[in-house]
Amino acid sequence: MGTSAGDSMDVVESGRRAAERSDASAGSETRSATFRIWRGTATDGRFEAYTTGVSEGMVVLDAIHQIQAESAGDLAVRWNCKAGKCGSCSAEVNGRPRLMCMTRLNELDLSEPVTVEPMKAFPLVRDLVTDVSWNFEAKKRIAKFSPRAPDAADGTWRMQQSDVDRVQEFRKCIECFLCQDVCHVLRDHGKHDSFVGPRFLTYVAALEMHPLDTVNRTGELKEAHGIGYCNITKCCTKVCPESIAITDNAIIPLKERVVDEHYDPLTALVRLFRRKPQ
Amino acid sequence: MVEYETHSHDVLVVGAGGAGLRAAIEAAASGARVGLVCKSLLGKAHTVMAEGGIAAALANVDERDNWSVHFADTMRGGQYMNNWRMAELHAKEAPDRVRELEAWGAVFDRTPDGRILQRNFGGHKYPRLAHVGDRTGLEMIRTLQDYAIHLGIDVHMECTVIALLKDGERVAGAMAYDRERGRFRVFDAKAVVIATGGIGRAFHITSNSWEYSGDGQSLAYRAGAALQDMEFVQFHPTGMVWPPSVRGILVTEGVRGEGGILVNREGRRFMFDDIPENYRSQTADNEEEGWRYVQGDKNARRPPELLTRDHVARCIMREVREGRGSPHGGVFLDISWIKSKMSDSSGHIRKKLPSMYHQFKQLADIDITSEPMEVGPTTHYVMGGIRVDGDTQMSTVPGLFAAGEAAAGLHGANRLGGNSLSDLVVFGKRAGEHAARFAAEQSSSSLPADAIDRTAREALEPFDRASKGASTEGPYQVQHTLQETMQELVGIVRREDEMVRALDCLASLRNRTARIAVTGNREYNPGWHTALDLSNLLTVAEAVTRSAIERRESRGGHFRADYPEKDTGYAGFNILVSRDTDGSMRISREPVPAMRDDLRQIIEENK
Repeated sequence: MGTSAGDSMDVVESGRRAAERSDASAGSETRSATFRIWRGTATDGRFEAYTTGVSEGMVVLDAIHQIQAESAGDLAVRWNCKAGKCGSCSAEVNGRPRLMCMTRLNELDLSEPVTVEPMKAFPLVRDLVTDVSWNFEAKKRIAKFSPRAPDAADGTWRMQQSDVDRVQEFRKCIECFLCQDVCHVLRDHGKHDSFVGPRFLTYVAALEMHPLDTVNRTGELKEAHGIGYCNITKCCTKVCPESIAITDNAIIPLKERVVDEHYDPLTALVRLFRRKPQ
Repeated sequence: MVEYETHSHDVLVVGAGGAGLRAAIEAAASGARVGLVCKSLLGKAHTVMAEGGIAAALANVDERDNWSVHFADTMRGGQYMNNWRMAELHAKEAPDRVRELEAWGAVFDRTPDGRILQRNFGGHKYPRLAHVGDRTGLEMIRTLQDYAIHLGIDVHMECTVIALLKDGERVAGAMAYDRERGRFRVFDAKAVVIATGGIGRAFHITSNSWEYSGDGQSLAYRAGAALQDMEFVQFHPTGMVWPPSVRGILVTEGVRGEGGILVNREGRRFMFDDIPENYRSQTADNEEEGWRYVQGDKNARRPPELLTRDHVARCIMREVREGRGSPHGGVFLDISWIKSKMSDSSGHIRKKLPSMYHQFKQLADIDITSEPMEVGPTTHYVMGGIRVDGDTQMSTVPGLFAAGEAAAGLHGANRLGGNSLSDLVVFGKRAGEHAARFAAEQSSSSLPADAIDRTAREALEPFDRASKGASTEGPYQVQHTLQETMQELVGIVRREDEMVRALDCLASLRNRTARIAVTGNREYNPGWHTALDLSNLLTVAEAVTRSAIERRESRGGHFRADYPEKDTGYAGFNILVSRDTDGSMRISREPVPAMRDDLRQIIEENK
């Protein structure tokens, strides 16, 4: 029962146009590009230049892999999915924190060498790989999800889509830690002991706005997680590959909650009188 | 003497995707001391790439659904080669596992009355896939990860297991190296759970990451466990085909679940041309009915784009081979056409398929809300793996368990989309539970010092060869040749003569692997890592090839151009792979156990 409707011919026509467009952008000649890649450790390292061929659609991670296979077998790089879903291949490309797997070469100026270097907010292991284990420790210190008892007849819960849209935005996070890398509190001031960084403020926001969660984390946000250090420069939002509105939708509402609960004079007065003798 | 750190656990879980995390959680909850080893950082495992959803008969969208329909769908999809006990347990327990994820913080998309929403997928009779847009795997792995980190599990990140250690017949631990510093670690454990995923990196075009090098299957095989069904490799019908650098990256079946259609260069919806007999009564025979189905009309039958993956992949291959493909050797997958059916189609597509939208926009300059995608088959999943007991997930080696893609049985000859995420949590839980129970019954074991020494020496040989300067090979080149060989000779369409040639190639690649030299030192050295992964890739490649030669018929994911039909003579047994005493690979046939009468009846009722 094959069909050949008019609609389907439109599909073919626009598909053909898209294919032609991408072929045209490919150019006929094989080009090459030079990459200045950080090699070595933090104490013993330098940029080294590698030149490799460039073909249609290549991303920075493809170039790194090609260089590995051609001339630098031990070039250290962390990666997994190569599809922007796992957040492993974070690095700084021409000074900007990016996922190497989602950075197309055709959006870079290849007449100049492309600089690829590791993230700066974390200790360097070697080449492009940093030790990001601090992030995993930081997450453990955040009070875990604790749902209210199920209240629907079938032993589960009811939640409306409109009530979970915001939480779902935060849960898109792929933990690439680019927001941590660009945050000046961590990158320039090294406040890793007193500030959890934008990734985990977003994580707290997802918990706090989860319709089922029962824990109040404003106390730990103010003290242990150091939310006050954030002065909303929005650098984190700009580099987020998932386009999460980290500052506007996560951090600012959390700051407001903290202010409401801990700095509102009326609340403070009430708390003063309610305080139980220690 | 080789230097190493020793870590002691009751249960060691290898792999931290959905199955490994769920196993670790269950074992830890039962009081066992649990170690969790993973090659990548926590939360980066391949589960993160699962897109469409997790299959469970919750019946939230269609109240006619229940476990027995899910069971029958899974068995039909697997061409009845499945371990029916696993298919039964999976269908019965998946709903609880999904509700459990919600209780642990997962936020699935909702129905209008506030329950977990479910979507259509290939081979599932009713809308059955709980999902979060097209990033369900991320939601699942993050939920499990965030739950697990509060349970006192020792997580060893970026650590690769290179051998299982045995004390007599039973497993006693594992040997590994940490990727960051290149130092050896020995794990002393009373039970080991293999949850290392698949083998896709044995092929050139694949949706799988570098991690999928068949480690678990190969480790278990070398430890004496049997592998099963290795000829059944799933080629997902829709991977990206252009530009070349993204070839193979997955395009979720959810696109078709939301109404996407497959079209050849002549504009024909070719999936209507070949509807298999056993699906004819369930499949729409016109476009209008297919559209009504994806819109939720319960009286409509599903469009042929939602036939099983093995069939859709072969139909695409046929169109390309017969000259009706798209400009870059695929076919067109189009979701933008729904603009003729709804007003805000662009917003709808971006809401339902956000990562597909971004993937094509960023990597291919295609706007899927207004243009079709070019897609073609990509190596995606292995149905085969470590042979396990359906209830306990224990392999044929005492104390060695397996779950998820690394284990065989649930999916038979072809896996239905959405059944892998549910597989991970259903059998991850079971593996963790039974591994902890097994561990509690064991006295402590002694680790084989000679095996540890030998493993370490062999692992360091590629460095020694570099310093000796004899005729050597580079690891990346050998890996590339292996991938090309498997793609060309043991890929989606197979022939005996080509596969015999593949065996010769694999033997020569094994010789080349023995000459690989790597430069640099042991710290985070991808050349060295690739060299060590190669022996696993070679083992699973040989297992796939030998099993595929043995099955002289076409069934599910296994298609033989020289035996293009199903042969009932082959329906009665699974093909097993095990290591012979002389170290060679042995192929044998194991009869499929007779199905229980009540289950047989369910299948009849759902025909």
